[in-house]
Amino acid sequence: MRPARPASVVIAAAAALAAVTGCTEKSDAKDGDHVINVTATDDKCQVSKKEFPAGHVELAVENKGSKVTEVYVLFPDDRVVTERENIGPGTRQRVTAEVKAGEYQIACKPGMKGDGIRQAVKATGGKAVRRDPRLDKAVAAYRAYAQAQADETLPKAEAFAAAVKDGDLEAAKKAYAPSRIGWERTEPVAESFGDIDPKVDVREDGLEDGQDPATDWTGWHRLEKALWQDKKIGTREKDLADLLIKDLKDWQNRVGKAEITPTSMANGAKELLDEVATGKVTGEEERYSHTDLVDFKANVEGAQKSYDLLKPVAKENDAALVTELEEQFAALDKLLDQYRPNTTSYDFTSYDKVGKADRKELSDAVNALAEPLSKLAAAVVK
Amino acid sequence: MTDTDSPSPSRRSLLGWGGAGLALGAAAAGGAVAMARTEDDTAPAAAGSAIAFHGPHQAGIATPVQDRLHFAAFDVTTDDREAFVQLLKDWTAAARRMTAGQAVGEGAFGGLAEAPPDDTGEALGLKPSRLTLTIGFGPSLFGKFGLADRRPEALVDLPKFAGDNLDKNRSGGDLCIQACADDPQVAVHAVRNLARIGFGKVVIKWSQLGFGKTSSTTPEAQTPRNLMGFKDGTRNIAGTETDRLKKFVWVDEKDEPAWMVGGSYLVARRIRMHIETWDRTSLQEQEDIFGRDKGEGAPVGKAKERDEPFLKAMKPDAHVRLAHPDTNHGATILRRGYSFTDGTDGLGRLDAGLFFLAYQRDVRKGFIPIQRSLAADALNEYIQHVGSALFAVPPGVRDKDDWWGRTLFSKEA
Repeated sequence: MRPARPASVVIAAAAALAAVTGCTEKSDAKDGDHVINVTATDDKCQVSKKEFPAGHVELAVENKGSKVTEVYVLFPDDRVVTERENIGPGTRQRVTAEVKAGEYQIACKPGMKGDGIRQAVKATGGKAVRRDPRLDKAVAAYRAYAQAQADETLPKAEAFAAAVKDGDLEAAKKAYAPSRIGWERTEPVAESFGDIDPKVDVREDGLEDGQDPATDWTGWHRLEKALWQDKKIGTREKDLADLLIKDLKDWQNRVGKAEITPTSMANGAKELLDEVATGKVTGEEERYSHTDLVDFKANVEGAQKSYDLLKPVAKENDAALVTELEEQFAALDKLLDQYRPNTTSYDFTSYDKVGKADRKELSDAVNALAEPLSKLAAAVVK
Repeated sequence: MTDTDSPSPSRRSLLGWGGAGLALGAAAAGGAVAMARTEDDTAPAAAGSAIAFHGPHQAGIATPVQDRLHFAAFDVTTDDREAFVQLLKDWTAAARRMTAGQAVGEGAFGGLAEAPPDDTGEALGLKPSRLTLTIGFGPSLFGKFGLADRRPEALVDLPKFAGDNLDKNRSGGDLCIQACADDPQVAVHAVRNLARIGFGKVVIKWSQLGFGKTSSTTPEAQTPRNLMGFKDGTRNIAGTETDRLKKFVWVDEKDEPAWMVGGSYLVARRIRMHIETWDRTSLQEQEDIFGRDKGEGAPVGKAKERDEPFLKAMKPDAHVRLAHPDTNHGATILRRGYSFTDGTDGLGRLDAGLFFLAYQRDVRKGFIPIQRSLAADALNEYIQHVGSALFAVPPGVRDKDDWWGRTLFSKEA
């Protein structure tokens, strides 16, 4: 985790959101033009118009079906423009959004499950914001990846929590590092919800002024300390295991709604390397368990996923950069493989057994990759 | 800009000038020291001005010594010769801009919001500050890229000297960058940006910050003092002494190899001073050890700093006596050292001393005989050499198409 999230990132994300969902009544459209009637049933999602002026848009939703439904306005990459949940049968709801010119989808989800029933719509007028459809695809694929990581993490975290609750020290130790892999692969997305990270991945030194480690420190690293340093599991630890699962479920439920753009994917890849450079290479992240190299590998894998999805566009704009990144990813992977006997397993050398010279070599390889990776965002939006 | 303003442009204004910045470089190319001209054209070379990057010799050797240093030694991590040559070209382009007071690449702001800027930005608004950037190649580089047969004979492995206590983590390196400037931020900015450009091809092995130049290449200025409080390097070769530079500093056509002609050899030594014990030493003993008085800097028995020293009047183990060319068959070097303090050493003692930088035409006739002679130096009780490196410093970058190390890596010299 990062001890403190740069405020600018939060602000930028909030501003981006406000730009599309803000309820400012500013529109050139005549009154009525901006209202779209949405009629939802159990198997249909009818809209009164498929083209409307960009600007302030209002969905007048009526649920004529038998199931509770929800209605979304989505960007082409499945990012949420606006949404309304829990629209009961027979009820009406109004959903508003500020929409820029471009193509969107309106989705009704009867039973609030699945991808929903979709209608393609178009906001016209003003300056159209067009994005390379390959980038929309990349973002959609990355969103699915982030969701899959959360989905795969939950059972592993539950196994870890179960071992803690059984008081089984050895089993809990064994389940600890694997329970973190999905989180570490998608950390920048997870961190974009500012409230989850401090609950599940904070280190003792990351607590804020006035917070009491005895009561306010929760999550993986608090349990890590109990398992490896204190070597005992008490009632507090068992409660914390439950809390970890609760917080991770919150993450799992929200991860699909994260604000993701091609540049945030690219910068997220770089941020994962920054995580490695500041926390893992130094051995600070997993100071009790020394499982830093597992996190290290997961961070690199997450960065590689982002990069692979953006590669086709980046290659067109900056072929030399792609060549360099291919080389540096390969070099870092090769170096990391020296620390695991079997390249199909995540059993890595305990980091306290990695000497100073070897740590510098790892650090150099991370810098060699992170520096060109910081240019990926520019190569994507060029 | 009126002539009450500083005579040199700020980085920011240079950024905006574009063509004017280029004109400045061109005007400067003829002389060793470039000055930005004010209206009356009489302003002296001020601390803020730019030193020409192009020339037959690299700047940062015979050019006036600035107040601050950031020295960095690198290891090469790539085995791709082409990638390394490209790095040298990229470095040259960046150095050309930074020494002129310009930001690297597209600058530190105004570019894509989503991407980190090309320049790190901490030197924005600062003057060129006489920044010089000087590159050198270490002996270990010649084990790479098929350069073995290009290693100069003069680039020897330095012998072990009496009293050496060398830390390998502060010694050696495949190459080095010496950044000197009057503003420490400008020097640090330069090394930081070069290191950044080098990620993936080179890594910093060790580095040293320095302050308070301990020698001068401009004898009209007061001779600076080292941390022991003594003037040192009074007879240092001046930047204007073309004959002595030719004889003792620049590699000549008569020397081998051809690719080094116009270059020089740099010895870098981190010399720790036992400051606390020195400060407890009597004035008489301090003066005896150096062979000069502490106030004026005059040699033993003389009145003025620049009076010709009478070596036999000094104690046999006096520093000046042992280091003097007359004691060493004429061996002479160009000194460019800086003081350093790197905090304390855990025992409450200042980790401080002299970062010694010496340029010479051939270390076998320069540093090595002098340092051997200093084995008997009374000063050795108060100092210890803890870091050491030697570099072949190639000739200067001639023009905008030239690059650092071209003579080494191209077929033609």
